[in-house]
Amino acid sequence: MTDHDCDAVVVGSGPGGATAADVLTSAGWSVIVLEKGRNHLLDLEPPFAAAGEISNDELKFLQRHFLGPDPLLEPRAFRRAPEEGDRIFAGDVNNLPSTVGGGGFHADGKLPRFREVDFRARSQLGPVEGADVVDWPLDYDELEPYYADAERIVGVAGDHTANPFAAPRSGPYPMPPGPDMFCAVLTSQAATRLGYHPYRAPTGVNSVEYDGRPACNNCGFCGFFGCPIDAKGDPVASLRRALGTGRCEIRPESFVREVVVDGTSRQARGVRYLDAALDEHEVSARFVVLAGGAFETPRLLLRSGIGNADVVGRFLMFHFQTLVLGIFPFRLHAHRGRAVTHLMDDPMVPDVAASAAAKHADLPYFRGGIVEHGGAGQPITEAIHLPPGELHSQLMTESTTRDCMAVFTMQGEDLPQTTNRVDFDPRLRDVWGTPAGRVTYSPHRHEVACADHWAPRLEDVMRDAGAHTAFWVTSPPRPGSEFDAVNPTPISRHVMGTARMGDDARTSVFDRWQRLHDVDNVVCTDSSVFPTSTGYGPTLTIVALALRACRALAGVEPGA
Amino acid sequence: MPVYFDPESYAVVEAACERVIPATAGHPGATALGVADYVDALLGAFLVDPPRVWAGGPFSGRHGGDASFEEFLPLSRLEELAWRTRIEGSQGTAEREFNGPVPGWQQEYRDGIAALGPDFVGLAPEEQDARLDAVPEFKQLLYGHACEGAYGAPEYGGNRGQAGWDAIGFPGDVQPRGYTDEEVTGRD
Repeated sequence: MTDHDCDAVVVGSGPGGATAADVLTSAGWSVIVLEKGRNHLLDLEPPFAAAGEISNDELKFLQRHFLGPDPLLEPRAFRRAPEEGDRIFAGDVNNLPSTVGGGGFHADGKLPRFREVDFRARSQLGPVEGADVVDWPLDYDELEPYYADAERIVGVAGDHTANPFAAPRSGPYPMPPGPDMFCAVLTSQAATRLGYHPYRAPTGVNSVEYDGRPACNNCGFCGFFGCPIDAKGDPVASLRRALGTGRCEIRPESFVREVVVDGTSRQARGVRYLDAALDEHEVSARFVVLAGGAFETPRLLLRSGIGNADVVGRFLMFHFQTLVLGIFPFRLHAHRGRAVTHLMDDPMVPDVAASAAAKHADLPYFRGGIVEHGGAGQPITEAIHLPPGELHSQLMTESTTRDCMAVFTMQGEDLPQTTNRVDFDPRLRDVWGTPAGRVTYSPHRHEVACADHWAPRLEDVMRDAGAHTAFWVTSPPRPGSEFDAVNPTPISRHVMGTARMGDDARTSVFDRWQRLHDVDNVVCTDSSVFPTSTGYGPTLTIVALALRACRALAGVEPGA
Repeated sequence: MPVYFDPESYAVVEAACERVIPATAGHPGATALGVADYVDALLGAFLVDPPRVWAGGPFSGRHGGDASFEEFLPLSRLEELAWRTRIEGSQGTAEREFNGPVPGWQQEYRDGIAALGPDFVGLAPEEQDARLDAVPEFKQLLYGHACEGAYGAPEYGGNRGQAGWDAIGFPGDVQPRGYTDEEVTGRD
């Protein structure tokens, strides 16, 4: 293939792009990875050591956009519905890191698998009015071997016997769980007392030395930070291995403006991108792999004029987050450890009360989400939410909403709706001169009713654990509420579904091998392809799907 | 010595910060925490090279390892564009105004300090509060920066002697020591 610059050009270097680069280079392909953000992760020359720029620094990571995207360079717009006008908010909307490593860089690495029913929601649970719930074009059994490989590649620490609701597995996790956080010990014991089923969270953070990387030392700067000691496997492990083949080149600060398509053959020739100096280049390749995430991939498809135009950008899903906060009469030191050490699946498994509440709400079912048992960690984040003046200093000293607070986050399943979408803002631009992305999003009433049902029950768990006060909010907040006035956007960083896959080219964008129906040498390995959101974090499934799609692409395993 | 503010402006910022983060029993006020130095370093970030935007890594030296926070990281061209715009304002240049004008923090502080008045430092606390309440947007900006200066890493100019962290029982950065498993799981 001497007439191409490489076999595959990969757009994005997060979990999906890194996995694609790893699989394809190990199959002998040459790969160029284009990443719009900077590289703070690892040296791009052998032996690909850690770059040494990651640190326990709240200002740098949480206030100063170190991992990007900077909202001045890449603003995003938000509105709940077209009736609100062009936008009601511009700035940081669901921003995942824009950096080498992508969303894997900042995630605290809770890596559960989906369950069997998650792939069959339509056929097993039925339709929901006002949503377009569909089955996935593959099932759990087909994905199970890839889940197992993903857990080995990333390095997941967990206890395979701990979750009574888990789908069948072909083997245990490659590492035992790390230490439980004190706050999660309290809340998970209370949950057990009240009849729920918490379990030690499968976590993509080393509990022992693994794959040449050290065990985590519990520094606590985990979620929204990178790991200063390389103890998080995603996506360092895959990128390092891809680079080690000598067949992978990573080009940071390279913004892909469009996929170049030959109009006659309906095949992609490669991509056109802008470098750090905003000079334009073209990379030609046999295959184009899209892995920019479920916000950027539909923008790129729209700019390129490819993909089913009736579907691209639609069925945008987040997790509808219910945050249940408990204030304890003593300190919980949740700034130590892996941010979240326990999960429970109960809200996704219908019980009598949830089924009755769903019926009462005139819904066929309730599908809540995984409940993360965590705490609050960082002091600037606490401080800016307190009132200025005497009360500030007093409340900070007491640390009521940091060191004395435990937090449940229910990642509620967000039903796919055609009106929830990513498109272009009519006026805002990014620094590369392309139209800024815009989110139009309102939750389905299922998500809201589910939160209403579960939040008081989770408050009960908090009180049983010892909290003297418990309260809850959702993200996105209720329109017109106090929190809505502060920020109406969903804070979830789980973004999915904007270019769903399926067997019918009329109702989906990618096929079951994640290849574009209309330009079949374009492959997508990010969460854009998710037909439903489930109530689980998306990352492990992104990696498993990318393994499956790319091994098929490279012909090392059967597939399309 | 301030790098950005003149002495009069510095004194107004310092006094205003003390009102939003006042000294109370067990918690030093913004003045003792050096919060005005933090704001000064932020607005004057580009007076040094590399600019004081992102501290280095991986370790501060407070818990082992070499002290590397003090070596600030260079910005890319686009990052410099964003941070200069945020701090200095767009100043009518096309490069910084692709989504319209941005006033910038330096201008917002100039306006805010002027609105608080040259006599602000000598006023009684209640009068200072009334002046601050009369400029709610500036007060909000100042408060955000004051929180950053009180509880951010000391390398950014505030949190003098880590007194902000000490007051709230937060140890700050802990790499490469980290915490033992017992410290994570057990009750203190």
